[in-house]
Amino acid sequence: MTQAPPHDCGTDDWQPVCRVAELEVERGATALVHGQAIAIFRTHDDEVYALGNHDPFAKASVLARGIVGTRGDVPFVASPMHKHAFDLRSGRCLDDAHVSVPAYDVRVVEGVVLVGHRKSDAA
Amino acid sequence: MTHLSSNRRRKTLVVAGHGMVGHRFVQAAIERGLTETYDLVIVGEEPRPAYDRVSLTSFFSVESADELSLLREGRYDDPRVRLVLGTTVTGLDRDTRTVALSDGEVLAYDALVLATGAAPFVPPVEGRDLDGCFVYRTIEDLEAIRDASITATRGVVIGGGLLGLEAANALVQLGLETHVVEMAPRLMPVQLDDGAGSALVRHIEKLGVTVHAGAATRAITGDGRVEALQTADGEIGTDLVVFSAGIRPRDQLARESGLEVAERGGVLVDEQCRTSDDRVFAIGECAAPGGRMYGLVAPGYAMAEVVVDALLDGPGTFTGADMSTKLKLLGVDVASFGDAFASTDGALELVFADAVGGVYKKLVVTEDGSRLLGGILVGDASAYGVLRPMVASGIALPANPEELILPAARGGAATGPTAMPDEAQVCSCNDVTKGQILAAAEAEGTTRAGSTCGSCKPMVKTLIEDWFARQGKVVDKGLCEHFALTRQELFDLVAVHGYRRFDDLVEAHGRGRGCDVCKPAIASILASQFNGHVLAEETAPLQDTNDAYLANIQRNGTYSVVPRIPGGEITPEKLIVIGEVARDFGLYTKITGGQRIDLFGARMEELPAIWRRLVDAGFESGHAYGKSLRTVKSCVGSTWCRYGVQDSTSLAIQLELRYRGLRSPHKLKGGVSGCARECAEARAKDFGVIATEKGWNLYVGGNGGANPAHARLLAGDLDTDTLVRYLDRFLMYYVRTADRLQRTAAWIDSLDGGLDRVRAVVVDDSLGLSAELEEAMTRHVGSYFDEWKATVEDPDKLARFVSFVNAPDTPDPNISFGTERGQIRPEVAGEPVVLAATIPVGAP
Ligand code: SRM
Ligand SMILES: Cc1cc2nc3c(=O)[nH]c(=O)nc-3n(C[C@H](O)[C@H](O)[C@H](O)COP(=O)(O)OP(=O)(O)OC[C@H]3O[C@@H](n4cnc5c(N)ncnc54)[C@H](O)[C@@H]3O)c2cc1C
Ligand code: SF4
Ligand code: FES
Repeated sequence: MTQAPPHDCGTDDWQPVCRVAELEVERGATALVHGQAIAIFRTHDDEVYALGNHDPFAKASVLARGIVGTRGDVPFVASPMHKHAFDLRSGRCLDDAHVSVPAYDVRVVEGVVLVGHRKSDAA
Repeated sequence: MTHLSSNRRRKTLVVAGHGMVGHRFVQAAIERGLTETYDLVIVGEEPRPAYDRVSLTSFFSVESADELSLLREGRYDDPRVRLVLGTTVTGLDRDTRTVALSDGEVLAYDALVLATGAAPFVPPVEGRDLDGCFVYRTIEDLEAIRDASITATRGVVIGGGLLGLEAANALVQLGLETHVVEMAPRLMPVQLDDGAGSALVRHIEKLGVTVHAGAATRAITGDGRVEALQTADGEIGTDLVVFSAGIRPRDQLARESGLEVAERGGVLVDEQCRTSDDRVFAIGECAAPGGRMYGLVAPGYAMAEVVVDALLDGPGTFTGADMSTKLKLLGVDVASFGDAFASTDGALELVFADAVGGVYKKLVVTEDGSRLLGGILVGDASAYGVLRPMVASGIALPANPEELILPAARGGAATGPTAMPDEAQVCSCNDVTKGQILAAAEAEGTTRAGSTCGSCKPMVKTLIEDWFARQGKVVDKGLCEHFALTRQELFDLVAVHGYRRFDDLVEAHGRGRGCDVCKPAIASILASQFNGHVLAEETAPLQDTNDAYLANIQRNGTYSVVPRIPGGEITPEKLIVIGEVARDFGLYTKITGGQRIDLFGARMEELPAIWRRLVDAGFESGHAYGKSLRTVKSCVGSTWCRYGVQDSTSLAIQLELRYRGLRSPHKLKGGVSGCARECAEARAKDFGVIATEKGWNLYVGGNGGANPAHARLLAGDLDTDTLVRYLDRFLMYYVRTADRLQRTAAWIDSLDGGLDRVRAVVVDDSLGLSAELEEAMTRHVGSYFDEWKATVEDPDKLARFVSFVNAPDTPDPNISFGTERGQIRPEVAGEPVVLAATIPVGAP
C-alpha cells in the first residue's frame, strides 16, 4: 500500500469507502463509488482490491458475493452466478481471455480503504 | 443339387451342471449362434437356476436368494434351450451316447459338456457327521448355517484359506463368537507368505475372530450334536463347525464311465477342454486342463468360451489362467497375484510392512528390477488394480519400483492404468482388456468388466475417468489444485484432527488459498461434523453463494426465500403469513415441485426483514439453498386416503424434522407414500419410504434431475424405530464417504458392491459402524438450530446483508423488475447501471 496522507487525495479521485477492519478476509463487500457498484475484496495477506461488481456473463451485479481464493499465484474471485473466475488485480477473466471487468486502484490510508481510478487496461 | 433341407437333423447338446460356468457356457452358446445347430438341455442338481456363488456370503444380507440369481427369469430367452432343475445326472453311457437323470429320463447327446463343479472336501475326522457340522458351498448350506446359528453362540471354521475366512466372516455376521482353525502355520497358505499371513491375523483378530494357526483338528466331539473341537493344543468349545478345508472336483460321472481323470482329481481335458472322448467336454471346477484344476470362476468362464468355440470349429484354446486374487475379508483388503512366492529364478522381493497399521506389501521383481512378477498386499490393496496388469502385460517398472507400494506414493511415475498397453487385461473374471473398455467408452457401450467379483472396478473407474478427462471433461479425484485429497479423505482428516478452520486444513494438507471448489466442500464437511452456524466467522467465507446469504440467488442478483413446510403440511394461518410477507415485500410467489412455497425477488438487504417476519410466525429455514436436506414429500396417507395403510404424512414430517439442517455432499430429498400407489413419488428421492400392511419399505438412491434414478429397496416391512435407525446410518454413511456433489444414487453405484455394500453396512453392520453412525446422527439432531433465527438475532451476521457498505440505504440500481401475470419478473440490464452523482454517499 502506498503511504500517502489523506489530504493528498482529492475526494474526486480517491473515494473512502470503509475501514479495512470492516472487510472480512477472503470475502467481498459492495461499495457505491462514483455512482457505480464496486466489489471490494480483502485477501489473506491483507491486500485490498476493487473490481466492477457487474458479472459480464450473467449480466448481474454480484461479483462481491463470490468466493475468493487463488489459482496458482493469482488471487481471484469466482462469480457466484456461474463461477467464472476473475483476477482480482487486473479484472481479467481467467476462463475467457477476451472478457474482463474493470479493476480500480485501491489505497489503504490509516486503516481506511480508498478507491481511485479505473486501472488502465494494460494492468 | 444341394438345398438346405428342413429335415436336416438338429443335434443335441447336454450340459451337466447349472452352476456359474455351465450358465456362462449356455449364454455364450446362445450369443454365438450354437443354438442354430444344437438343441441344448441343461441339467442342474440344485433346486434353482445358477447363482453367483462368488458372492454367496452376501446371501445373509440380501432380501431373497433371487438377488444372487444369474438367471432371474428362470429360463433362457431361446426356445431351443431347455433347463431341467432339481435333477441330477446319475449316469453316463458313452457307447449309447446317453445320460441318465435322477428322475428316470434318459437323454441322448451328440455332445456332452460336464460342468459339475466341485464339492467341499470334508477331512475324515472323527465326529464330522454330528449335528451342527456344515459345509459352505450352496444357498442351502447357508440356510442351514443360518438356522443353526439362531440357537448357537460359538462357531468354528476348519480351514483358514480363502473360503474359510469367507465362512468365518459369515459366522461373525451371524453374531457368533468365531474361531478359525488352520493346519498350516499361517492363514491363506496358498496365497500368502508368513509376513502377509501374520498381518492378516492381526486384522482378523481385531474383528473378534480367534485364529488358531498350525493347529490340526483331531476330532469333533459331542453327544449327537457338536460340543467341542479337539486340536493338538487343546479343546475349543463350539456349537457349530463349518468345514472349509478345500474342494474336490466332482468327477464321478467321468470316472465311472472310464474317462481319464487327473492324478489329483478333475476330468483331464486338452487345450480345447475335450476329454479323452471327443464328444465329451469338461469345464469349470470339475475340469483339469493339463492335469491342473482351477478353483476360481474366471478360468471356468474362459473354458466355457473355448468349448463353444470348439463346437463352432473355432481355434480357441485354454492354456492356463491367472490365479490372482483380491478380496475383502472381513473388511481387510487382501491380494495375491502373479509369482507371489518369488519362485522365478533370481526373483527379488521388495517388502513394505507396517506392523501398527497392519499393512504388508510385497513386490516380486525380476533380477534386474525391470519387470514385475507378482506380489502380495494385505491391509491396503489399492495398488492391486495397477500392479496385476503390470505382471500380465510385462510393461517396464519405473526406476524406483518401491514407490509403487510406499504409502506416500500418490500417483507416482507412469505407473497408473493409463500407462498400460491396450492389451492389458483389466477384468480377469470376464477377460476384458483395457482396449475393450476404452472402445466401449467411445461407443457409449458397456463391457462385462466389474460384474463378477468387482475387484477390477476401481481400475475400470480410473480408466473411464481418464478417458473422459482426455475428452476434455473434468474429472477430479483430488478435490482441486489446492487439495490432492478426496472429499472422504478430507472428511476423515477433519474427524481425526478436529480441524475447525479452513486455514489449518489448507496449511497442513493443501496449498494456496483455496477456491470455489474446495472451500464449499470443506464448509460442508465442517458443518456435517460440528453443525456450527454456516455464517460463523471461520466458515462464512467458505460458503457457496447460496449458503453465504441463506437464500438462493436468482438471475438478476436477487434471492428467493423458502420457509420449511415439513411434509408439505401447512395451516391456513401460516399460509396467510406467507401471503402477507409476499405482498408486503412485493415478492413473486410460486408453489415449488417440493411441496412448499417459494418467494422470489428479495433483495439481499431485505432478507433479514423478511425472515424476521417469518421466524416470528413460527417458520424456519427450508435450506433450499444448502447441500442439505430439502424436503420429505408426503401423501395424505391413511388419515384421509381410502387406500392408505399407514400415516405417511406424520412420518414425512417426523423425518423432515429429524434430518433438517443436515449438511451433506449434495442435496438430499425424501418422500413417504401411504401405500403402494406411491403418490409421494418416494422412489424418485434419495430416500423413499412406502407403507406396507406390516410397516414400511425403505428405498434408497433415487433422484430426478438430468440422470433420473429409481430408489431401490434397502429393507422391507420395518417398524418406525428400525426405519429411523437404518436411515440415520444410511445418511451418515453417505455424508461420510460420498464425493462432493455426488447424490446418493451415484454414490451407491460408486461403492464396491453397490447397494449390497450399503445394505451390509447399514442393515447388517458389517463394518461395526452402526453405533458410531447413529451417534453422529443423534449429535446432529441434538445440535440442530434454525440458522435464519440465529442470523436475525446476531448483529455481526446481519452486517453482511447490506447493499453497499458505504451506502446501506441505497438499493443496488442494477436490479429492476417488470411484471407478468400480475407479479414481478426480473429484468436484466446488459450494462452496469450508474447512479446519478447526486445520490448522497456516506463516508466511513
Ligand atoms: C424452486 C424449484 C422449482 C419449482 O419452481 O418448483 C427448484 C429450483 C431450483 N432447483 Fe430444483 N427446484 C425445485 C424442485 C426440484 C425437483 C423436484 C422435487 O424436489 O421433488 C427436482 C428433481 C428431484 C431431484 O432433485 O432429484 C429438482 C432438481 C434439481 C437439480 C438436479 C439434481 C440432480 O441430482 O440432477 C438441480 C441442480 C443441482 O442441484 O445441482 C436443481 C437446482 C435448482 C436450483 C437450486 C438452481 C440454482 O442453483 O439456482 C433452483 C433454484 C431454487 C430457488 O431459487 O429457490 N434442481 N428440483 C423447486 C424447489 C423445491 C423445494 O421446495 O425445495
Ligand atoms: C463362498 C465362496 C466364495 C467364492 N469366492 C470366489 C471368488 O472370490 N473368486 C472366484 O473366482 N471364485 C470364488 N469362488 C469359487 C467359484 O464359486 C467357483 O469357481 C465357481 O462357482 C465354479 O463354477 P462351476 O460352474 O464350475 O461350479 P459350480 O458353480 O459349483 O456349479 C456346478 C453345478 O453343477 C451341479 N452338479 C454337480 N454334479 C451334478 C450332476 N451330476 N448333475 C447335475 N448337476 C450337477 C452342482 O449342484 C452345481 O450347481 C467361491 C466359492 C465359494 C463357495
Ligand atoms: S400413496 Fe396411497 S395412501 Fe398415499 S395418497 Fe396415494 S393412494 Fe393414498
Ligand atoms: S476382475 Fe472380477 S469382475 Fe472384473
